[in-house]
Amino acid sequence: MKILVAVKRVVDHNVKVRVNENDQAVDTTNTKKAINPFCEIAVEEAVRLKENNIANEVVVVSVGSAAVQEQLRTALALGADRGIRVETEQVLEPLAVAKCLKAVVDKEAPDLIFLGKQSIDGDNNQTGQMLAALCNMPQGTFASKVEVAEGTVAVTREIDGGLQTLKLRMPAVITTDLRLNEPRYASLPNIMKAKRKPLQTYSLDALGVQALSQVKLVSVAPPTQRKPGVKAHSVAELIDKLKHEAGVL
Amino acid sequence: MTILVIAEHDNNHVSSATFNTLAAAVALKDTINVLVMGDNCKAVATSLSTYQAVDKVLLAEDPVYAHQLAENTSELVVSVAGEYSHVLAPATTFGKNLLPRSAALLDVQPIADVQEILDPRTFKRPIYAGNVIATVTTDAALKFLTIRTTAFDPVSETGSCAPIEPLTTVIDCDNVVFEEQTLAACERPELASANVVVSGGRGLQSADQFAVLYPLADKLGAAVGASRAAVDAGFVANDLQVGQTGKIVAPELYIAVGLSGAIQHLAGMQDSKIIVAINQDEDAPIFQVADYGLVGDLFELVPALTSQL
Ligand SMILES: Cc1cc2nc3c(=O)[nH]c(=O)nc-3n(C[C@H](O)[C@H](O)[C@H](O)COP(=O)(O)OP(=O)(O)OC[C@H]3O[C@@H](n4cnc5c(N)ncnc54)[C@H](O)[C@@H]3O)c2cc1C
Ligand SMILES: Nc1ncnc2c1ncn2[C@@H]1O[C@H](COP(=O)(O)O)[C@@H](O)[C@H]1O
Repeated sequence: MKILVAVKRVVDHNVKVRVNENDQAVDTTNTKKAINPFCEIAVEEAVRLKENNIANEVVVVSVGSAAVQEQLRTALALGADRGIRVETEQVLEPLAVAKCLKAVVDKEAPDLIFLGKQSIDGDNNQTGQMLAALCNMPQGTFASKVEVAEGTVAVTREIDGGLQTLKLRMPAVITTDLRLNEPRYASLPNIMKAKRKPLQTYSLDALGVQALSQVKLVSVAPPTQRKPGVKAHSVAELIDKLKHEAGVL
Repeated sequence: MTILVIAEHDNNHVSSATFNTLAAAVALKDTINVLVMGDNCKAVATSLSTYQAVDKVLLAEDPVYAHQLAENTSELVVSVAGEYSHVLAPATTFGKNLLPRSAALLDVQPIADVQEILDPRTFKRPIYAGNVIATVTTDAALKFLTIRTTAFDPVSETGSCAPIEPLTTVIDCDNVVFEEQTLAACERPELASANVVVSGGRGLQSADQFAVLYPLADKLGAAVGASRAAVDAGFVANDLQVGQTGKIVAPELYIAVGLSGAIQHLAGMQDSKIIVAINQDEDAPIFQVADYGLVGDLFELVPALTSQL
């Protein structure tokens, strides 16, 4: 069984990004970059399936500039076997990313495709669902448990109010939620080994993908700031303020 | 221009998120149709038809739609979408699962988590865990939007009697089977729509000690929420997580207890009207967004607060 995992390079989750002076873009220069945390979970799940002899190959793919090789190498150090970069200097929207990934799926014919449920920069939560649609595959989104059987995969999904389990026929698309697993750290020897693992690049042309964007960013702004608050010195004072100042009790 | 709102429901009741989504449709000022997909769900369609915002209800009832699986309901949405300018769904796990799939089938890039409608093609949405608000615009003839429910007050006016039109298209789906679903039974108000929320973090220390919050929540008629750390440590169920990757809430009153206020948590609650923080660390970031703070040991302060209310 072959697994394809899509990983995205994003600003590290500990960084608080700023809006550029001219309000036209989010300033991400000189910020620390990392694999999107949900994609890290996706890599971990695929690697575990390989370690348990359920999968025999894990291929990681990222769409982006040369810089994304860094995240592909990290994924290789975490245990993936080879990497694919779809080359583009533009920041593509989820539909265009899904089209790139579809082209890679057509070439690689994986049995399972893992994506993160959401990228922590764009917060779209769309690419996996769109890829599943384009490939006409079933989807198991927001997965907190994945169990592979003969030709099918049972996915437990975190939905509002509880959990839902679906049995998908493979090939299938799965997007990962935070509680699916706890990703490992890459060891130094594995980081060294990852440098020699194969990493190939496709251009959009080679994949026959047109990546036009449909949604234009007009401007960005910081959120409205809350007024600075006050500290109450006692429970009684807090209750008094909530009753008479805030009027919420 | 006519707008299609995809109803979220459990075959018996309309979910509150549907009413927030209808409010966003009203903000677009147009004719509004609602699509109900399910099994034995006439009651849902009938209930929606009484709302003044609704001009027509489309009802697709069949066992294949019982669990509203994305694989076939997305195609059903596509089969009717041609008549509309906008297709809206709530930005809940239901809407986020379904809407992008429909949009991709029609080669449309959807817009997620719309929190403000500037005009029929221009919208505001949060990115980077709400640290940035983006204004985006699209020329697509058909626009797909998921609606951030906390940003739109639910429609409530009834007394209308919109026609209900049955949809007879039955789209099977043979590549996915529904196995089971466990929904946490809860006597407290629903987290996403509650007026008051009491949330606990890692500072609560254990599931047993987390229970110190329940009498407070009950006294306030509040829903209970949690930080990711509290959920991961097993203090409470996963679906109580508030934040960037959990539920988005904006109650009148949000009481944050023993949680530090990481940006990912703030992303889910910083639009609350009044925020109260209880934390022993006076420098905890939660105090930067709190209207009122209490510094001290939560295990003393919370019982005191509960008894003095
Ligand atoms: C991709 C990603 C997504 C995430 N999504 C979310 C999300 O949706 N929601 C979310 O909440 N987090 C999310 N997180 C995690 C987030 O970054 C924080 O780790 C988490 O919110 C911390 O939880 P906490 O505040 O309960 O714990 P801590 O940061 O450990 O804070 C505990 C607080 O309790 C206080 N305390 C301890 N004991 C007492 C006491 N006796 N009395 C009073 N105060 C006390 C301490 O002073 C401290 O401030 C996400 C992280 C990542 C990487
Ligand atoms: N540029 C990209 N390259 C590879 N995978 C991506 C890219 N963008 C998004 N994805 C995948 O899609 C998931 C969801 O992203 P999004 O729909 O943008 O929230 C991510 O966690 C990745 O797995």
